[in-house]
Amino acid sequence: MSLVFDVALAAGLVALALHVVLTRDGKGAIIAFIGFGLLLGIGWARLASVDVALTEAAIGGGLTGMLLLRTQAHLAGRGVRPAQTGHPSWRLAAAGCTIVTLGLGYVVLAFPSPAPSLAREVAGSLDATGLGNPVTAVLLAFRAIDTLLEKIVIILALIGVWSLASDPNWGGSSHLRPASVPEPLVFLARMLPPFGVVIAVYQVWVGADLPGGTFQAGTILAAMWLLVMLAGLRPAPETRAAGLRMMLAAGPALFLLIGFLGFLIAGGFLAYPEAVAKPLIVAIEVALTLSVAATLGLLVAGPPDKEPAR
Amino acid sequence: MTPATYSATPGGFLLVLAVMLPAAAMLTMLVSRPRHARTIALATMVFGLAVAFWIGAELMRSGTALIYLVGNWQPPLGIALRADGLSLMMLAVTALVITGTGLFAHRLFGLDATTCDGRVATSFWMLLMGLWSGLNLVFVSQDLFNLYVALELLTFAAVPLVCLDGRGETVAAALRYLMFALLGSLLYLLGAGLLYGTYGTLDIRLIASASEHGPAVHLALALMIPGLLAKAALFPFHLWLPPAHAGAPAAASTVLSALVVKAPIFLILRLVLDIAPPEAAAFAGQALAVLGAGSILFCSVMALRQARLKLMIAYSTVAQIGYLFIVFPLAAGGDGVPPWGTIAWTGGALQLTSHALAKAAMFMAAGIVAEAIGHDRIRDLGGFGRVLPLSAATFGLAGLSLMGIPPSGGFIAKCLLLTAAVIEDHYWLAFTILAGGLLAGAYVFRVMNRALATPAVPLVLRQPIPLGLELIPLALAVMAVALGFLPLEPFGLLQIGRPDAIPVVAP
Repeated sequence: MSLVFDVALAAGLVALALHVVLTRDGKGAIIAFIGFGLLLGIGWARLASVDVALTEAAIGGGLTGMLLLRTQAHLAGRGVRPAQTGHPSWRLAAAGCTIVTLGLGYVVLAFPSPAPSLAREVAGSLDATGLGNPVTAVLLAFRAIDTLLEKIVIILALIGVWSLASDPNWGGSSHLRPASVPEPLVFLARMLPPFGVVIAVYQVWVGADLPGGTFQAGTILAAMWLLVMLAGLRPAPETRAAGLRMMLAAGPALFLLIGFLGFLIAGGFLAYPEAVAKPLIVAIEVALTLSVAATLGLLVAGPPDKEPAR
Repeated sequence: MTPATYSATPGGFLLVLAVMLPAAAMLTMLVSRPRHARTIALATMVFGLAVAFWIGAELMRSGTALIYLVGNWQPPLGIALRADGLSLMMLAVTALVITGTGLFAHRLFGLDATTCDGRVATSFWMLLMGLWSGLNLVFVSQDLFNLYVALELLTFAAVPLVCLDGRGETVAAALRYLMFALLGSLLYLLGAGLLYGTYGTLDIRLIASASEHGPAVHLALALMIPGLLAKAALFPFHLWLPPAHAGAPAAASTVLSALVVKAPIFLILRLVLDIAPPEAAAFAGQALAVLGAGSILFCSVMALRQARLKLMIAYSTVAQIGYLFIVFPLAAGGDGVPPWGTIAWTGGALQLTSHALAKAAMFMAAGIVAEAIGHDRIRDLGGFGRVLPLSAATFGLAGLSLMGIPPSGGFIAKCLLLTAAVIEDHYWLAFTILAGGLLAGAYVFRVMNRALATPAVPLVLRQPIPLGLELIPLALAVMAVALGFLPLEPFGLLQIGRPDAIPVVAP
């Protein structure tokens, strides 16, 4: 039974991927892409990688899809025609992808069995972190420097997006509300956020011991915020606002501070004393969740296109 | 328990500081008022230079590589940072060029009081700090995924720098750069994933010490190296570089051309030298040398044909990068000589350093010319040496190093490479080096000729250029030339910490 399901899942993924590449309908391709992200999330869940599944569904399907839809609407408004398939560079890309896929298939089938894995080492060192979820332990303890710098990366990306604003709009806000807001959207924007916030809080809280964590929770919060802004219930904030800047920087800044504190109390950068490892990690996760939510929301909102108030 | 593969060394924490100080500076700028951004940047540069100097002192004192275990977790679980002689050289050049760029940008933005706290300047400072953090991480990390994060830091800092002035053509150039950079990241990540699937670790030293290498390592390298080449803009992947580097504001072009393209090259060197099995390394070395030679010849000719000064300098960057790739077969050693014991190794390192300094100086000088005269069309620049003598001198001095004329760092570098090519019977490479030098001479001379010409209508400066602004690139150009006077000094330094292998533990 599960084999039938897996085969159907894989076939669905390939079919959706081909549809995304081959269709000439821009909006249809994006919707198929969102479906692809959700289906891929189920695929990860089937591989027992629930953390990856949640992230794939939230980022790959959700936020990326939303960015693409906004771009498509923007381009359609200007009457830009999508590029046609069959262009020479398109064939080159197709050939390159085929070769890489064949090579990957060959190598992956020849992988050593059982696959080398660090799962045992992770489980063995889990106690030192006080956490129950090995994924969180990898992200916030063993490889914490990766996570810290990734947060810096998304903030850099946001600064990059802001830098695309015109000079007078620098520091201003983005205009997200469409000319006419459909009534159901307003209803959703009033109803959903309380649930979203509860789910996000739950995600952060269980992330220490069960699948879930900052990035997933941050994405849910960002989605709720965007919904409210799109429905016109609240305007987008001015990007120069001190409070907003604080919220963006707080997560990585706290992470960095606790990292440096490790020099004093735990004998090294990003080391945690065993007794307080879990509280420190949870504190970092909470601050990071808010920063991630703010960063992702503003990334989707795009470069400011309204002048800051005098 | 597996035996400890790394033992932290005293002073290892300096590597953390080198990566984290600029990142902390960026976060501080985010929450401070725009007018404080430059103060924070300049303060970080003082600290950054001090850290680089301190790492150097520590390395010289101990004579072995510095190692730090982040969070005290031993790889494969954790991540190790490590700096050997070559890393130190890169850290030092980076600190130097970033500081030069910072001083230059500070004065250049200061010319216009209405915009010096505006969008361009504030974004520039934050992106510059992010860039610095990423560069330093590339030079010290031992972990393939951590290095991926470093590459992402570089991409997301470098791409917005390209289109800071907001013109449509620079946004298009930035978008093309983003496509190449993301394709490169994707291929790199795919390769890193394959290596993890095969060896169960991402640590370079642990992968290198594996007893046998299957087909996966070959495919992984075949994905990662072209991916990094796309980021390094080696011919024929260079298409994105000239418009991106030429369209960026002067201060941004400086770091992009002098430093950012060097980071993927450094990683390719690590992959080929530290991970690739010997026969794969030899093949990769040959292939890279062919592309490198193609870069030198094709892009030197392209540089000669450019009508705009900044485009010419950008094409020159692709050509000069080519020299770094012909090092691979020349430094292959043989006869029991390790690559880092060859003269080609020293030559390559000198080429890297002197190009970084010379190219930074050249882009700054071009920026001053464009700022003062209002355009950079080479044909209409007749006599710019009369109105901007210091910038013309900077251009000439930097040009010496690019051409490989004594006395300059570039001369020693190219001389060492040429000698290595002749000794190793790679005559086609020797020919390429000579031809590249002649072509570089031609394109530098073309500009110098305009600088010293007497135009019918004397050039008028659009705005006066303060002396301090012109002195910064001049200082960098003088340093590039001065490298020629310490030819054999870095030789020993570059061998510190090589090879990166697990020391044999006595039973």
